[in-house]
Amino acid sequence: MTINIAVCIKQVPNTNQVKIDKKTGTLIRKGIKTICNPDDKNAMEEALKLKDKYDDVKITVISMGPSQATEIIKEALAMGADRGILLSDRKFAGSDTLATSTILATALRKIQEKEGLDIIFCGRQAIDGDTAQVGPQIAQHLDLPIISYVQELKYLGEKVQVKRALENGYMQIEAQIPVVLTTISDLNKPRYPHMRRIFDVFGKNPVIPVETWTADDLPDLDNTQIGLNGSPTRVIKTYTPDRTFKGEILEGETAHVAHILIESLKQKQIL
Amino acid sequence: MDFSLTEQEIMVQKVMRDFTENEIEPIAAEIDETEEFPQKTLEKMQKLGISSLPLPKKYGGSGGNYLAYYLAIEEVAKKCATSSVVLAGSASLCGWPILTFGTEVQKEKYLRPIAEGKIAGGFALTEPGAGSDASMQRTVAELKGDHYIMNGSKCFITGAGVFDVFIIIAMTDKSKKTRGLSAFIVDANTPGFIIGKIENKMGIRGSATGELIFQDMKIPKENLLGKEGEGFHIAMKTLDGGRIAIAAQAVGIAQGAMDAAIQYIHERVQFGRKLKDFQGLQWYIAEMETEINAARNLYYHAAYLKEHGKPYSKESAMAKFFASKTAVFVTNKAVQLHGGYGYMKDYPVERMMRDAKITEIYEGTSEVQKMVIAAHTIKPKL
Repeated sequence: MTINIAVCIKQVPNTNQVKIDKKTGTLIRKGIKTICNPDDKNAMEEALKLKDKYDDVKITVISMGPSQATEIIKEALAMGADRGILLSDRKFAGSDTLATSTILATALRKIQEKEGLDIIFCGRQAIDGDTAQVGPQIAQHLDLPIISYVQELKYLGEKVQVKRALENGYMQIEAQIPVVLTTISDLNKPRYPHMRRIFDVFGKNPVIPVETWTADDLPDLDNTQIGLNGSPTRVIKTYTPDRTFKGEILEGETAHVAHILIESLKQKQIL
Repeated sequence: MDFSLTEQEIMVQKVMRDFTENEIEPIAAEIDETEEFPQKTLEKMQKLGISSLPLPKKYGGSGGNYLAYYLAIEEVAKKCATSSVVLAGSASLCGWPILTFGTEVQKEKYLRPIAEGKIAGGFALTEPGAGSDASMQRTVAELKGDHYIMNGSKCFITGAGVFDVFIIIAMTDKSKKTRGLSAFIVDANTPGFIIGKIENKMGIRGSATGELIFQDMKIPKENLLGKEGEGFHIAMKTLDGGRIAIAAQAVGIAQGAMDAAIQYIHERVQFGRKLKDFQGLQWYIAEMETEINAARNLYYHAAYLKEHGKPYSKESAMAKFFASKTAVFVTNKAVQLHGGYGYMKDYPVERMMRDAKITEIYEGTSEVQKMVIAAHTIKPKL
């Protein structure tokens, strides 16, 4: 019997380069490289590990975003996913986490009704918003059990056994399938895409093209629940906090700087 | 004229950049120091279809194009020249000649496992007395019934004692000089196949370069690649393609040294200024950058010609000649920009400078490249 897996992924700005426009308080996205959210890659890898282990596993990767997000879907297909779906529509723009999870859940339900879904993987949280809300919200919409912070997973057919990370340890939890799992980086090391699949997936005539679903493909969507209007939360202001305690920047030769650093740490009795 | 890379090529480059940073760079200094062949790296590259990038899917390869393969070599060479040699060998020096000149049976038996990453292959032409002058080959293969009996030796062979199969060039008819040379596909575990001295080298120290000795080695007749007497032609055609790979490798080494130098001159302060602010040093950077870009465009162009089925012997020789000169120049300057620290093994430019030199020597010295270039340029009058 086929194990049907969905992996939700998000395109995010590369963290090292995030800058905030001081005037508008929004992220400067122009010229910023985007990547697949790191936790989502762990989600993808865990799905692929199941595919390695069991004969009949189908992985559908799904993302909501502008057309550029196709890129990370292709990357996931190159890693080994079987199907890629981009949820993209002007109506989706401005969605907060609740509206986003509404849209994703509606798409996932459509897949579930057609071919069934056993496990839905999400990354724990995205590095741009850091909310960690979308995974649990999807579970809520679909009325499924959720285990977040998955650091170890055992698939046991009818159920999953999971180690859920805590600050100083872990909980061991079992849940019936279907289930939503959110993954953390301790879970695995994401694989690199295979070169053959890069040539299958990217380029002008891909063997596995990415499907795009718009609002029209999701007739169950309630227009009042999506996009900016369907979002109960709004970002009022994003800013870089002014640091009250300014750090001192030491310049000069490494050896000299190290010397000054050691001296001042000694003075402060840290060393 | 379109200079842009395809979506696929860009992705290969991106994945190779990640792969190199995570899997190769951390062990680059170590394998140089210990001379250990990067077997695990090779296995990872085989598993991901990197080592079979340009080989057709039909035989289990990745079905990519040659430029993508050269881009992968460049990325790896930026951090570790040894690992890039390992990558450059199998597909271009062993896979390609079997693909181009082999029978269907040979392709199934040897190309497929190479393409699927199950085995690695090498190429053995050079002998102690026959470097650039291949007509002086002393390795002899004599047909006896359904077997050839091979005797002789090869030197400076990459992957000696490591690779599973080699294309070996040997004399089948001495009277015909280079037209008496033939190419054979030989399993490294054939009785009489002996691994001789493994060399202690200046650079690319982990690449397992050594001597192969053949003592009454029985090679099945069906392992003759192409026809008898085609060995020289096969070797020269194989090297034409191999040279683009070496050019890509040389560009990678140069770029890696350049990246390290740029980082260093941003940090190092002398006379109250960062090194990057000294005009005299900026001029070095300008020269290095220009040469690297010129070299890269030469190998891109040669790859383009190869991809489009056009003649590329001259262009691949020019790419290798210029790119290897660039690698030597740029790594030398990168060490200079690092001053005393550049001479120390704590910084990667010291290794890069040693690694760069081989690109002016193997798969045809720069002098041989010039012979090729001149011959194509001067041509007999029509």
